[in-house]
Amino acid sequence: MLQTAPPDIPIPGALAGQQPLYGPRSYQVMAGNDLGTQLLEISMGPHHPSTHGVFRMDLVLDGEEVVKLKPVFGYLHRNHEQLAEKTSYLGSMPYTDRLDYFCSMTNNWAYAHAVEKLADIKVPERAEYIRVILAELTRLVNHTCLAGFLVNDLGALGTPLIYAFREREKILDIFEAVSGARMMCNYMRFGGVRANFTPQILKRISQIVDNYPCFLDEFEKLLTSNEILMSRCQGTGILSAELAINASITGPMLRASGVDYDIRKVDKYGIYDRFEFRVPLGEHGDVYDRYMVRILEMRESIKILQQALKQFPEGGDFMNPKVKIRNFKPPPGEAYGRIESPKGELGFYLISTGGTNPYRYHVRAPSFVNLTILEDTCLGQKVADVIIILGAVDIVLGEVDR
Amino acid sequence: MKSELLTQNFPQITWDEPSKSFVVPHMDLLDVVDFLRSHPDFNMDYVSNVAGVDWLPRKEKVKGADGKEVEIEKPGYLEAVYHFYSIKKKHGPVILRCRTDGRENAMLPSITPFFRGAEFQEREIYDLYGIRFSGHPDLRRILMWDEFQDHPMRKDYREPDDYQWEPTPHDDVLEKAKMHYAEAG
Repeated sequence: MLQTAPPDIPIPGALAGQQPLYGPRSYQVMAGNDLGTQLLEISMGPHHPSTHGVFRMDLVLDGEEVVKLKPVFGYLHRNHEQLAEKTSYLGSMPYTDRLDYFCSMTNNWAYAHAVEKLADIKVPERAEYIRVILAELTRLVNHTCLAGFLVNDLGALGTPLIYAFREREKILDIFEAVSGARMMCNYMRFGGVRANFTPQILKRISQIVDNYPCFLDEFEKLLTSNEILMSRCQGTGILSAELAINASITGPMLRASGVDYDIRKVDKYGIYDRFEFRVPLGEHGDVYDRYMVRILEMRESIKILQQALKQFPEGGDFMNPKVKIRNFKPPPGEAYGRIESPKGELGFYLISTGGTNPYRYHVRAPSFVNLTILEDTCLGQKVADVIIILGAVDIVLGEVDR
Repeated sequence: MKSELLTQNFPQITWDEPSKSFVVPHMDLLDVVDFLRSHPDFNMDYVSNVAGVDWLPRKEKVKGADGKEVEIEKPGYLEAVYHFYSIKKKHGPVILRCRTDGRENAMLPSITPFFRGAEFQEREIYDLYGIRFSGHPDLRRILMWDEFQDHPMRKDYREPDDYQWEPTPHDDVLEKAKMHYAEAG
């Protein structure tokens, strides 16, 4: 049983009656065994090569096992929501790029989707196909990078990461050809996209889509039945389905625990009901399942891309011509638009009172909510496993802190 | 069909047409949430979004009893908006709004005992808006640092004049500091 001496120095920032995690260094905390060992309180601080950004975890360790874990973030808080209240609707589109800085196209689409719901704007068909193609390319980028980073956290010293980044570079070249920027694309607009696709871009995308299964096969041959990955990831960080649903986990983490919920299939936003794709589900909810779900989702994304390229319309508007660009004032009301971003459910909640700026702009970030269960999945695990569990949650601090 | 079921069982909640949401008085929030979670027609087992909104006191023109337009003052309040979805039944959002009584000492019950997913989101609302959630297991600041005073996302938030605590302010920091000294008297 954990015994702590009550600290007699008042600690700022803690509510009364709550057991504070940071205390004066003088208190003795005894672990519950007869060796007389102490618990070690360590801050896996914001400067850390494996914490995927400026993210801190306050760990209390009994030897190598985790007894208590509190995530601390806010180091990248840029007050995005208040900035959007002072900027016009279109003016905060570049800010949404910087939320989840790996997947800027899906962030843009989520925001455009929410505003289109608010102001009841229709999107032409060619623009819908462009959006789906770019969103699935973003999903490929994100899941590849995640596989690379996860294996990097396991200790693979960067080689699979560089293999993954080599494929990412090809897709970033597409983004640069389409929108002018590799990462911060700022490409979607309310009612369509900013610029049209040329036939050369379509040819390059189809080249990438044709070569991608070969890269995935090579990646899987090297990694999926790798002994180290299997023995470290299987059985680590198990998350049950009931806890996942209750803790509002979404995205590949939820599907790895066996829950069949994919917003592309449930809400059918955009034109996703025209494509045939399956939703991979995991059985055990451990880190290995999360890794495999993402690899399988990449294969499904390639299927969607192939179908979209085949069905791509010849002509058509890339932007709804009736939408005002200057002085865009949606009618008073509110809307919550959500899409399936590669990390989970990304939702934008907008309240408009009829002006040019939103009255309330809230981002429901998937990484922020997915961190709720970090403590639950890490209790009893070793410190080294905490790193890979965090890697499999797939957080990006731009979204967590906004 | 769904909205009648809720209003029949809980006559004190009202339907707000412009935002398509239910306004729930904060005494009944936990009962309504439990009903949504357990009733087989709803099965709302997933809270997707918990957002805070700040409404300043404002004047509105309302048609009075004699047909003339009268300007009445509406008091300000803070609000928490909840979006519930159902993963089992895969149906659409049920939106609840819960208003506080006024902008000082704003308190609302926490739905974290029912839904773990609201834990971090309610902490964020406490941090940025100042609504205290009673029954929350770990209510402390999440995005701002622990010793920060005041709540930044409120509409009447005024930023401090000097973030870096210069002992001798100059340029535009001096202008802001002069404004504060003049007010303090």
